[in-house]
Amino acid sequence: MNIVVLVKQVPDTWSERKLSDSDHTLDRASADAVLDEINERAVEEALLAKEAHGGEVTALCMGPERATEAIRKALSMGADKAVHLSDEALHGTDAVGTAKALAKVVGTLESVDMIIAGNESTDGRSGAVPAMLAELLGWPQLTYARSLSLDGSTVTIERETDAGVTSVRAELPAVVSVTEKINEPRYPSFKGIMAAKKKPVSTLTLADAGIDAGEVGLSGALTQMVSSAPAPPKEAGQQVTDEGDGGTRIVEFLSGKNLV
Amino acid sequence: MNAGFRPDFDPRDPLGIDDELTTEQLAVRESVRALCRDRVGPYVGDWFERGELPAARELARELGKLGVLGMHLDGYGCAGMSAVDYGVACEELEACDSGLRSLVSVQGSLAMFAIWRWGSEEQKQYWLPSMAAGETIGCFGLTEPDHGSDPASMRTSARRDGTDWVLNGRKMWITNGTIADVAVVWATTEEGIRGFVVPTGTPGFSAPEIHHKLSLRASVTSELVLDEVRLPQDAVLPEVVGLRGPLSCLNEARYGIVWGANGAAHSCLRAALDYSTTREQFGKPLAGHQLTQSKLADMAVRVHNGRLLALHLGRRKDEGKLLPQQVSFGKLDNVRGALEVARTARTVLGANGISLEYPVMRHMTNLESVLTYEGTSEMHALTIGAAMTGVQAFRD
Repeated sequence: MNIVVLVKQVPDTWSERKLSDSDHTLDRASADAVLDEINERAVEEALLAKEAHGGEVTALCMGPERATEAIRKALSMGADKAVHLSDEALHGTDAVGTAKALAKVVGTLESVDMIIAGNESTDGRSGAVPAMLAELLGWPQLTYARSLSLDGSTVTIERETDAGVTSVRAELPAVVSVTEKINEPRYPSFKGIMAAKKKPVSTLTLADAGIDAGEVGLSGALTQMVSSAPAPPKEAGQQVTDEGDGGTRIVEFLSGKNLV
Repeated sequence: MNAGFRPDFDPRDPLGIDDELTTEQLAVRESVRALCRDRVGPYVGDWFERGELPAARELARELGKLGVLGMHLDGYGCAGMSAVDYGVACEELEACDSGLRSLVSVQGSLAMFAIWRWGSEEQKQYWLPSMAAGETIGCFGLTEPDHGSDPASMRTSARRDGTDWVLNGRKMWITNGTIADVAVVWATTEEGIRGFVVPTGTPGFSAPEIHHKLSLRASVTSELVLDEVRLPQDAVLPEVVGLRGPLSCLNEARYGIVWGANGAAHSCLRAALDYSTTREQFGKPLAGHQLTQSKLADMAVRVHNGRLLALHLGRRKDEGKLLPQQVSFGKLDNVRGALEVARTARTVLGANGISLEYPVMRHMTNLESVLTYEGTSEMHALTIGAAMTGVQAFRD
């Protein structure tokens, strides 16, 4: 079972996040950068699968040079090796371009059985890359997994969305995206931290991966960020006076927010 | 301040000491910090209030899984990390609670180190892997009810009976005692002071817990009672006779305290800084008052000088050049300094300073134990004094 985990370095959700004034891309220098929490769960799920079925876990990251810190964390947790796609021309790549670039890199890897990703990153939150990547590879996509099980050549997940829970099964190879409910990720152990120093990380440029520079970067992006503004301050709460229908109105409010 | 401008001055690390740490050391810190944040931080105030450490075994296993227990020892399932790595971990553990760091220090630096340094190959193979994993909990018995700073006059004794050893006596203030599976006990013999590895299930051994503590309340502290405890010949630590044995272990633990106490101080400083920027009096944040800024600056100087000292000693230890007197220097200064910081932080928090909703008073009372255990501040001052003058003031 050879598993590729997509990992992304994101600004720490605990620090203040900003967009750059010039091109509305993420100002990566302004905040502490960490391995996205949802990716820790993706790595954990890959490690659990490897521990049960053998094989190898490869962390795949697209991002600037600094993203090596996030890669190192995945390796410290127990991933066997990493591939880092890093090229200045990737700056500003949108979700479609990211999926195209990742698909190319996956094509350079040998016998991948499964790709595991987080359902959405805590910074961009488009939540589209796993599905687009599956489409580009021609593999089945099993998204929003809250549990995952492997049986020979098939993978089965419980898919949880606002609409409910469904069981989805597909033949491998496949792309799976996981939600926060999938597991509790392990802390990198000291032995893992020391072992990570010696694990292979291959760094690829666009040319190495055979990626057409015209399809990525700000210029190749199909979407364009035309403006950005800080989120508005919190509004005052909404008061409901109970006139005999309080219970109904609370349920209506909650279901309107998809909370029940 | 301009949007997007990142100040060079980091209030968490004003001297930029983190730049001196390796990527791996920062990762060690992150792992320990995450474990403390998830598994201990939310509960430790409550444990402290109740005066207990529930789920100590699960916690020990979590720490073992991470590699914290005996982390600076090599082989036998230990992580084989450097002294600076170990220090960084102690700093984080004690930033959470001195009781947590005490559990780790006693396990790794006292009980495991004694076996690792002075034990037979069989003893090492039997005990160390499960102690490193946190499956087996250890304690260390040197101090007695009537013999603290002067352990050479201990009364606990071991006599030979055929090929067996028979131990009698009492040990006091023993961290982990009641929950321990194994006790390293030091006793006088005809040959001098010797160490014994005592499974706590041995008949005649008991470890009642000490209550009514106002410090280290989230830590198990016990008395060890040895009443005709019969041990086989191979229970003795074969490689050392004399006070050098236990003192070598204490030196290891004291080194961890140099970092740990400073971690507690840093936690107090962070609490005070945070409080001072949100609490308003006289129409402006406390942080805007000159006396508060003076306190914050003094605390920051104390804490980060302490970190520099700890890092310096850690590097010397990794180079094999660290002297016991230098460890005394570090423990004396960093624990004393941590107490000053805790007391100052408590004044910044006003009445909230005495609440368990904040870590400050918990750290402060914990540090009162740290001040006198593993060598009182007086003994460390006398050790430095003796080394400087060539005259021992505590022994005729």
